[in-house]
Amino acid sequence: MDGLLPADDTWTVAGRRFRSRLVVGTGKYKDLQETAAAIAASGAEIVTVAVRRVNLSDPSAPMLQDHVDPKKYTYLPNTAGCHTAKDAVRTLRLAREAGGWNLVKLEVLGPPPTLYPDMPATFEAAEALVKDGFEVMVYCADDPVAAKRLEQMGCVAIMPLGAPIGSGLGIQNAAMIWMLREQTTLPFLVDAGVGTASDAAIAMELGCDAVLLNSAIAHARDPVTMARAMKHAVEAGRLAYLAGRMPRRLGADPSSPLTGLIR
Amino acid sequence: MPTVMTLTLNGESRSFDGPLSVATLLAALGLDTRKVAVERNEAIVPRSRYAQTWLGGGDSLEIVHFIGGG
Repeated sequence: MDGLLPADDTWTVAGRRFRSRLVVGTGKYKDLQETAAAIAASGAEIVTVAVRRVNLSDPSAPMLQDHVDPKKYTYLPNTAGCHTAKDAVRTLRLAREAGGWNLVKLEVLGPPPTLYPDMPATFEAAEALVKDGFEVMVYCADDPVAAKRLEQMGCVAIMPLGAPIGSGLGIQNAAMIWMLREQTTLPFLVDAGVGTASDAAIAMELGCDAVLLNSAIAHARDPVTMARAMKHAVEAGRLAYLAGRMPRRLGADPSSPLTGLIR
Repeated sequence: MPTVMTLTLNGESRSFDGPLSVATLLAALGLDTRKVAVERNEAIVPRSRYAQTWLGGGDSLEIVHFIGGG
């Protein structure tokens, strides 16, 4: 079922070129086997990963790298769980040392229940990370002023939410996502909010370069099947964007000729 | 002359016989150095310097790795 899209339809972030427009998280799965199977089914080339303390009482526990090969997938370390700029910067410096690369996902979150992006803290962290040589893909509010500022600061991808993290509510802000897409020349992804395949297709139809999601696959009843659905939804949405949708009109326009009707 | 020193590892207090480098600590803990990263007193310890980085009593270390996340 490969080859829906033209072979030259790729996107590039920080000089790295990718064919898959689906970026998936590796969290919330039942076990590492299911994680690996779902990621393979999604066709993703980039996977987000978290940085956490090693369990020192069980140092031989299986590790993510044993199941999701960092040579095969581009690991994109995140700062999930960080609520301050300082913690986010420390986390990504550790990630760089653990993995040896500069491409990272920055997210600095406000408190529950929304976990909405904390933009002042995000600016502070982004500035420090860019200065420290990181290539920062940044999770952000659907705020055109904030997005422009992040672009000017030297971030390499703008990634607004479509709805709160893990909510599965779908793209609640389609008009804003479209406007943000129009104003940036950077790679642009919807990150957070996708609940099912049609949501991912909508994000792509709005012109996103890619979609980032985790829970929509991991919390589906059958994650591997949903991963396949997401792969095709992203491709379908991309094709629809390339095709250019018909204009919306207020009122009907019959599809069959009005001439030659029987009397 | 071995000395006993107390370190804080991932928030927990542990005692070790010194002198101790980051490399010997990781080996004693049974960790694969290729899969972890170490921060000592909030400063990164580059992997290339594990063997030469000597720990002192009261040092606080974070030892992390990648896990599944979104």
